[in-house]
Amino acid sequence: MSGIKTILSPIKIGRRSFLKAAAVTGSIAALGACGSKADRDAFFQKNFRDMSKDEIARVIERLEKDYSETYGRPFSVSTAGPLPETNFGYALDISRCIGCRRCVYGCVEENNQSRDPQVHWIQVLEMEKEKGVDFLHSNLYYDHDEVPHEGHFYLPVACQQCRNAPCVKACPVDATWAEEDGIIVVDYDWCIGCRSCMAACPYGARHFNWGKVTIPEGEVNPASHYLGNRPRIKGVVEKCTFCIQRVREGLYPKCVEVCPVGARKFGNLLDKDGEIRYILENKRVLVLREELNTQPKFFYFYG
Amino acid sequence: MNEPTFHHRQNKNGLLVDRIRRDGLEKTIRLLSGLISLVLIIGVSVSPRVSGQPQVRDDLSADIQIPPPPFTDGIFPCMDCHADMETNPERRALEDFHDDIVLKHDEENRWCMDCHDAENRDMLHSASGKPISFTESYKLCGQCHGPKLRDWKAGIHGRRTGSWNGQKEYLLCAHCHNPHSPEFKKIKPEAPPLKPGEIR
Ligand code: HEC
Ligand code: HEC
Ligand code: HEC
Ligand code: HEC
Repeated sequence: MSGIKTILSPIKIGRRSFLKAAAVTGSIAALGACGSKADRDAFFQKNFRDMSKDEIARVIERLEKDYSETYGRPFSVSTAGPLPETNFGYALDISRCIGCRRCVYGCVEENNQSRDPQVHWIQVLEMEKEKGVDFLHSNLYYDHDEVPHEGHFYLPVACQQCRNAPCVKACPVDATWAEEDGIIVVDYDWCIGCRSCMAACPYGARHFNWGKVTIPEGEVNPASHYLGNRPRIKGVVEKCTFCIQRVREGLYPKCVEVCPVGARKFGNLLDKDGEIRYILENKRVLVLREELNTQPKFFYFYG
Repeated sequence: MNEPTFHHRQNKNGLLVDRIRRDGLEKTIRLLSGLISLVLIIGVSVSPRVSGQPQVRDDLSADIQIPPPPFTDGIFPCMDCHADMETNPERRALEDFHDDIVLKHDEENRWCMDCHDAENRDMLHSASGKPISFTESYKLCGQCHGPKLRDWKAGIHGRRTGSWNGQKEYLLCAHCHNPHSPEFKKIKPEAPPLKPGEIR
């Protein structure tokens, strides 16, 4: 682990010196001449984990002001940290899910995903009962009048919040990491958009903002978290954070709340009386692509 | 360490499960290895349940709220009408009222008065004749669907909303299953995502 870090750190320095070099050849001059203090602050903003309390406070103040202006309503950007003694886990009941996609759109709205170009953190795969879990023959684009469709079952896939996360290792600039409560987060302002993490993720759970993020007026969720659902910018990678803005306030993730069949379960893995531990101890449980040793904290079970 | 006890119930997904286990490419784990790796990685010691049965509270804990039963507007209290009516235990097609109720729930072995109390129509009743309030109809269901009730109490079957570490709300079985024809009704799915070519 530390070996990887030492190999990577020069690259990280490289990023900063690259930026500085670019700055010298123009931007700095431009910033100095006509850029506001806010522009300059944004430009020199550090990785979230390297910021002091004061620096974080200033960044949040600037972001809240920017977002409030852009979306025409009061906006909050939380930096709430992990709760003590908490390691989040998720379980999805395959025998219950009917493939209705309520979770997909509940997530889009809660987490301010771009409507156009379209970004969906949750992908619901339709599979044949005959074939079992078989990604090659799964269908993401099913369009029936009613679900569940005869002879089929459904497998919603989003970030598996791996304990041994390939995406984190693949990031050349440490813009993505696992928090103490097990949530893998992205610092969108530190992400350089190289998409190495997307290539590394075996679940297709990371998504790139190819264009300017658009959210219809009135549909934006102004209750946001710095490491979660605050509106993104073009050219950065995003993914499910278990609704970090909700779960660190003690709420269930949005997808759990909107699932009409109650297939989605969420809780603290360290709580031995909690839902997730009950499932692990009493149900038939599986994880996706176990052979890759990614060690997901997202479990699938038969209820 | 004692082995935890697992319940491998043969349910309607039995076929699916077997398939998954045979599937070499997209291999999946089963409970045991998942649990063990969990213990190893998050470094907590799981105290396995040696009793063989999952532990659940006797009844629901204080931080759980249940919304009122999903009655049709104006139908409750039932005694507004039934107080003056003779009970008619006859199996028949209802015509004068409740003509929308068609029993499709083990109907060969069951009729209205197996669940509804003959003396006090505002109550349900258990097989032993003990009255059960409509706000606790899950107790009635649990008489024949014991494992489902156990899972429901543990928050596994059915839905919990609210706070994962505090106050939460449960739905009654009857919020999702019509007691008279409990099969979960199909619904229209939301729109599929755009195909890559369709995204601008
Ligand atoms: C398996 C048990 C069971 C059987 C059998 C059964 N019921 Fe019910 N019935 C219930 C439960 C439980 C409810 C409460 C539903 C709720 O919470 O809204 C209910 C609700 C009702 C209601 C109120 C419905 C509404 O629109 O709100 C009526 C009327 C009723 N039952 C009549 C009947 C009649 C008539 C029969 C026989 C044909 C019958 N029930 C058979 C369990 C049963
Ligand atoms: C508006 C009046 C009215 C209300 C309110 C009403 N019922 Fe009835 N109910 C009737 C009538 C009339 C019949 C007889 C229907 C027939 O025989 O065709 C009946 C029949 C029944 C029967 C069949 C057995 C019998 O005694 O005939 C059950 C069971 C029943 N009702 C349950 C309920 C329950 C439970 C509620 C409350 C949730 C309820 N009813 C509320 C009018 C009512
Ligand atoms: C007296 C026993 C009994 C009671 C009480 C009872 N059930 Fe059932 N239930 C059965 C039997 C037997 C079956 C299987 C036969 C069938 O589906 O008709 C069944 C089937 C079901 C099914 C599966 C239906 C399907 O076709 O997928 C559901 C869901 C269900 N019950 C829910 C409930 C709920 C909710 C209650 C409480 C309101 C309840 N049951 C109360 C005996 C009971
Ligand atoms: C949030 C909605 C919800 C609630 C609440 C709920 N169920 Fe279910 N239940 C479902 C769904 C969805 C299915 C799967 C139906 C299907 O596959 O067609 C199901 C299936 C069942 C089955 C069929 C067997 C199986 O495993 O598929 C039974 C029996 C059952 N439920 C009983 C209950 C009982 C008893 C309660 C209350 C203690 C309850 N349910 C509460 C949604 C619910």
